[in-house]
Amino acid sequence: MTWETVIGLEVHVQLSTKTKLFSGASTSFGSEPNTQVDLIDLGLPGVLPVANKEAFYKAIRFGLATNAEINQVSMFDRKNYFYPDLPKGYQITQMEKPIVGKGSIVINVDGSEKLINITRAHLEEDAGKSIHDLFDGETGIDLNRAGTPLLEIVSEPEISNAKEAVAYFKAIHQLVTFLDICDGNMSQGSMRCDVNVSVKKVDDAILGTRAEIKNINSFKFIERAIHFEVARQIKLLEKGESIVQETRLYDSVKNETRSMRSKEAANDYRYFPEPDLLPVVISDNELEEIKSTLPELPKQKEIRFVNEHNLEESEAKILASSKAMANLFEDASEKTKDSSLIAKWLVGDVSALLNKDNISIEESKLSSINFAKLIERISDNTISGKIAKSVLEEVWISGNDIDAIIEEKGLVQIQDESVLEDIAKKIIDANPDQVNAYKGGKDRLFGFFVGQVMKETQGKANPQGVNKILKKLLNS
Amino acid sequence: MSIQFKTIKELSSMLRSKEISNHELTKETFNLIESYKHLNAFITLNKERALIKASELDKNSSELSLSGIPIAQKDLFVTKDLRTTCGSNMLSNFIPPYSATVIENLEAAGCISIGKTNMDEFAMGSSNETSFYGNVLNPWGQNLVPGGSSGGSAAAVAAGIVSAATGTDTGGSIRQPASLCGITGIKPTYGRISRWGMVAFASSLDQAGPMARTAEDCAILMNEMCSHDPKDTTSLDEDVPDFTKGIDAPIKGLKIGIVKEFDLSKLDSNVVKVFEDSKKHYESLGVEFVEVSLPNINLSVPTYYVVAPAECSSNLSRFDGVRYGNRCDDPKDLEDLYIRSRSEGFGDEVKRRILIGSYVLSAGFYDAYYKKAQQVRRLIKNDFDNAFEKVDLIMSPTTRGAAFEAGSMSDPIEMYLEDLFTVPANLAGLPGISIPNGHVDNKPLGLQLIANSLQESLLFNVAHNFQMTTDWHLKTPSLEAK
Repeated sequence: MTWETVIGLEVHVQLSTKTKLFSGASTSFGSEPNTQVDLIDLGLPGVLPVANKEAFYKAIRFGLATNAEINQVSMFDRKNYFYPDLPKGYQITQMEKPIVGKGSIVINVDGSEKLINITRAHLEEDAGKSIHDLFDGETGIDLNRAGTPLLEIVSEPEISNAKEAVAYFKAIHQLVTFLDICDGNMSQGSMRCDVNVSVKKVDDAILGTRAEIKNINSFKFIERAIHFEVARQIKLLEKGESIVQETRLYDSVKNETRSMRSKEAANDYRYFPEPDLLPVVISDNELEEIKSTLPELPKQKEIRFVNEHNLEESEAKILASSKAMANLFEDASEKTKDSSLIAKWLVGDVSALLNKDNISIEESKLSSINFAKLIERISDNTISGKIAKSVLEEVWISGNDIDAIIEEKGLVQIQDESVLEDIAKKIIDANPDQVNAYKGGKDRLFGFFVGQVMKETQGKANPQGVNKILKKLLNS
Repeated sequence: MSIQFKTIKELSSMLRSKEISNHELTKETFNLIESYKHLNAFITLNKERALIKASELDKNSSELSLSGIPIAQKDLFVTKDLRTTCGSNMLSNFIPPYSATVIENLEAAGCISIGKTNMDEFAMGSSNETSFYGNVLNPWGQNLVPGGSSGGSAAAVAAGIVSAATGTDTGGSIRQPASLCGITGIKPTYGRISRWGMVAFASSLDQAGPMARTAEDCAILMNEMCSHDPKDTTSLDEDVPDFTKGIDAPIKGLKIGIVKEFDLSKLDSNVVKVFEDSKKHYESLGVEFVEVSLPNINLSVPTYYVVAPAECSSNLSRFDGVRYGNRCDDPKDLEDLYIRSRSEGFGDEVKRRILIGSYVLSAGFYDAYYKKAQQVRRLIKNDFDNAFEKVDLIMSPTTRGAAFEAGSMSDPIEMYLEDLFTVPANLAGLPGISIPNGHVDNKPLGLQLIANSLQESLLFNVAHNFQMTTDWHLKTPSLEAK
């Protein structure tokens, strides 16, 4: 029997506003517990929320970039439930009239594109954090995160497998960082998602019963959780059992999903319109202003890179894949005209190092200034490509200044032809047998001499210079 | 010299002429509070700070409009560093770290907050019997309720302890006790006065307002209480007029509507007579009465008792024992913490409304109750809009009758009907004033006037005309100090 998987994602994006969605408290990450909390975040008696327009502007940027309907009049609702890290006993969210309506995003899986429709994207406030392991027998509450603006992006159930789900999540990640509405920092929880998974027989018209896996915050875990969940559901169905509609938790240590609560035990959230906030109205002028300041998006960048810099399409795609990568390329382009050299390094060595460490550019120690300098030193012949490789590895670990590394390790390329000639003569004198063999027609031995010169100079000899001099000496 | 039963205007002039010092006035106010302690009008006093502020005013006199005037604050407004209980055991130890905008506005105008007045728990009640801190007595009789929820404020003004007090009105909580205690109280247009720092009962209905002996004093207080507050997005971005301006202009030619659907024949004939006498009095001032139809007005009470509990069930969720307020001893687990903290903290009426509110919002019932109630609310507002095309004001009795005895109304539904004449103005967001207009069995009654949005000046004008030509607002109860 063939099974078909149906997946929908709810992605929670923390918007990078300076202050919270309904209060003036700061949103920055990593402060002492309960230091970024004001009267409103504490939910004191008598306080009232005031909506942060900046959050709306950021949400609208996302809407415009996904060709979505923008609701110029949007409203807030209350979602009522008790939890210690939810100070008011309700979360302010947008149920009936979200700021962003239907839109879509293109994902890329193994080189082919697929359009995923987005149902809606709405603003809501984040909850605080419950800390269970710090106090014996008690739970600590940190409200620093409470009230941080979230954009919840809900996809249609049009995602067919784990790979597509990851591609979708990556596409959202790419877009929100390009739009500068989220820092994209997954380890700090800036992006998290709930995954709705169901399976059905290929020919079935109706969807199967779904399980919702809550709060996953890495590409890897999304993939693993879906694989596990799909297998679990198919196994149950093949045994003739049925799927329970429920919320499940992904345990990354055991690599499994576990039931959190069933639909029967689920909260009745008693949604109703938030009476403390008037509908938020976005004027035509505001909308136009946001449209006009929308940055270049990945696809546009890709096309421009091909046109302006004569790059291969495949190269341009990688360079435009993240804002940080594109910045490295563009900053370096200002220092040197050799675009294909820059592209070669980014697509090749830099990408390889990123993949090896499984990190993003932002998380690496390679700054755009340093990378531009590296390219500059290659193209002005200060260092050879081979040396550059080791310099890059050094920077990758230390983050030190490129010039300082070259200087400190004495890696400057030897270009002085008289110096190179002296070394070449020494090598030729020391290897009479090879010289004779070469002169006797063994052309391949030329490489041996080049290698010896490089060895002697610890790789610092300018390769073109070495070639020229060796040819002159050996062919004379 | 006695300060009892004086108005703001009178006290201000006494202070200005140095007939009395600020300190003496405040001190005498606390003496009156002590003398009439049995009324139980106050929950918490602010004696030390009040006397210090009064002394400072004696040293540096000010020209502020409320300079040196002692004012009683309803215990629903949070007051920085001064306990705010909202009439509930839940907040019996709650010391707020900030003050309500209303309190800040009034204090900035020079008033002296002398203490926090008793009230129905979380403003839920019409008789002040739901307060955790005990009943408030109506100065007008033995064992009579003062009305509610602003019963402590009404009783304090009626007993002449203070010239003015703040109140809040969600379904009549200023106007009904004003009526039952024989004083003047106004619920302004929704959004006129900031709700920042008012412990929320029903957010879309709650509105603060002044309670005093005269309409003119209410206007003086309103001048200071109103402001556009960026901290409350529902507060109106409207200019605040001088409400005392033109207050004594003649009202000849004004059209006042009498609601066809209010069936007064069901009321006590003496109550009806008082109302009819007021009509005649206004006619003598040149007012023309017109019958208006508000076809949906009789759905007001059921509509109100869906919307208000729904909002209250959500607003009161924050009292969970986690951050402030009552927390039960030794909770076993989270659920136990919630259940016991809330069960101990809330009284029966509050629990009843949380239950009703949770029910009408729950999945499967939302459309039938909450959504329907909001639709009816819209219709009621439309009815008023239509009526105000024909008339300038709408007039009715404030209450179905005079003050009743404590403990005499045990059926909650019967109690809810106390709000019959007052809730429509809350549902429609309109300003309404209650002024004393007669007595039945030596107990005061009130007359309610409702105006179109932002027409408070007209209400003051019409009420002041009545008070310039009648003396019901000057009558005082015969009180014995205990």
